[in-house]
Amino acid sequence: MSDQLIGYSNYAITLATMIAIYGVMGLGLNLNWGVTGLFNVGVAGFFAIGAYTAAILSTEETTKHLGGFDMPFWVGAIAAMITSAILAWFVGKICIRLRSDYLAIATIGIAEILRLILKNEMWATNGSRGISNIPKPFEELGGMAGPLAFLALVLVILAVVYYLLERGQHSPWGRIMRAIRDNEPAARASGKNVERLRLEAFIIGASIMGLGGALSAHYFKFIGLEATEPLLTTFLLWVMMIVGGSGNNRGVLLGALIIWSLWSMSEMVIQAFSLTGELATRIPYMRMFIIGLVLNIVLQKWGQGILPERHPGGKDARN
Amino acid sequence: MGDILLFVNFYLIPGIVLGSIYALGAIGVSMVFGILRFAHFAHGDMMTMGAFIALSVVGWLGVGPLLALPFAVIGTIIVTLGVDKVFYKPLREKSTIIVVIASFGVALMMRSLIMVTWGVSTETYTTGISMPLVFFDGLRIAERHLWIIGITVAAMLAIHWTLSKTRIGKAMRAVSDSPELSRLAGISTEKVVQATWIIGAGLAAIGGVFIGWDSQLHANVGWDLILPIFAAAILGGIGKAYGAMAGGMVIGIAEEISSYPWLGDGPLLSPGYKTGIAFAIMVIMLIWRPSGLFRGRVY
Repeated sequence: MSDQLIGYSNYAITLATMIAIYGVMGLGLNLNWGVTGLFNVGVAGFFAIGAYTAAILSTEETTKHLGGFDMPFWVGAIAAMITSAILAWFVGKICIRLRSDYLAIATIGIAEILRLILKNEMWATNGSRGISNIPKPFEELGGMAGPLAFLALVLVILAVVYYLLERGQHSPWGRIMRAIRDNEPAARASGKNVERLRLEAFIIGASIMGLGGALSAHYFKFIGLEATEPLLTTFLLWVMMIVGGSGNNRGVLLGALIIWSLWSMSEMVIQAFSLTGELATRIPYMRMFIIGLVLNIVLQKWGQGILPERHPGGKDARN
Repeated sequence: MGDILLFVNFYLIPGIVLGSIYALGAIGVSMVFGILRFAHFAHGDMMTMGAFIALSVVGWLGVGPLLALPFAVIGTIIVTLGVDKVFYKPLREKSTIIVVIASFGVALMMRSLIMVTWGVSTETYTTGISMPLVFFDGLRIAERHLWIIGITVAAMLAIHWTLSKTRIGKAMRAVSDSPELSRLAGISTEKVVQATWIIGAGLAAIGGVFIGWDSQLHANVGWDLILPIFAAAILGGIGKAYGAMAGGMVIGIAEEISSYPWLGDGPLLSPGYKTGIAFAIMVIMLIWRPSGLFRGRVY
């Protein structure tokens, strides 16, 4: 294979892996907002706690941060889901009964507080220098086989999460979630424990985001403070969900594909212009502008996204 | 220097200054929440916008931040009214939560424009160190702190006068209390909405310039304020302008005095965790009394 072909293949594998990781997290967010109507804007927080949990558990013993405990990948991934679930339980207990705006404020709050903790508790997190040398599964295969095997692992995880969520959403449990979102008094009147069900959806969604964090930490072999900023997790994921079609799992995956491809390729376009000097450092921020604009255009013109929600058994979707 | 003076100079006065800045942001957030019924997440970035407009004026005219203030206020108001027309108004008939999502998009767009226009490095309005003024043999207060507190008090008096004496102010309170009744009474909702944005954006710009004047200026300065500002609005009670003033002041002072060595020698709370205070106060309010101190609305 020529060098150029190898380069393209590597790029394609990188792109696909990132899309799959965003896809996993997007499915979690879709359970929160798309299905249950829970306004979770603290994705970065759940992502971060998952990523750091996996990083601390799976790295080799070191003096730079807490641990590491040299555990296998799957132990870290499951632990990441548990820690983010605990965090979600704490947030949910306080504000699940309030209107979505309050949940938005509280989830942003918890994400920011978590960033403070990650920054200040150097003994556990190595502060702003982050945790490096996180083992990447299948890396020992080397060459292109390693990244391909890792991509396969992420795709398997994505497929399992997708399958379980689809099953859940078509089950009575999923239908109650939609009922709560669309008509809370009616759901309450028919004897459903609305708070408890909402809390369940919130926790499950958050633990999937934590799993996404773990995958990301293993993929990059590094987790630092920059990765926990809301832009690359919370906002991008929200745009993916809104553009793809919230409430529709396939739509969210499509949104991840489109938005991440745009995001990643716009970087190459900018590089192709080979700008120099001050402008070169500033122009990349136009990407944020475009993402914000796409979000607003979709909200105004296609409120339901590319693949609108399909109700199990019904034909009308939410307005 | 006595302990009390030390406390006042290094903890209480910075607390009042920070509280003023929070209050300037929180009044707008609270009024927008009360009248347009949505949590406006681009408010912090409006503050950044005001701060950077002032930076340009300071650069062009060679004046201090104080004289640049009116330009920042007018510029931010124009931008905000434009944003409302293009991005929020078309969504007015939809569920308000859609507008909240739109406001995240607007926040991203504003921040990116600020980064492209003014860069991502840290800026200051003035260079050099100014000596603080000394009163009563030991009370030290920087001149800019006097200005910040004074202008905030003046702005709050102006808000009070507007809300209680003018026609549009009364209409705003009416819409906040009951949109249906006020529409029946013939109040133009669109005018009220515009007045809300003008007041909110003007105060946000002032707050933004103050934060840049008090410390430094960077593209994320406003976004970093959004949590304490929402906490202040909730503490005061959503929709209550006076509540937001009090809430901002309480949170600003609480953040600063939390690192005073109340027990033993070290600071009570590591300064790195100051922002945590706002969050803690907000969580306590959400559990104990979501309507806030001034009995605002709970949506």
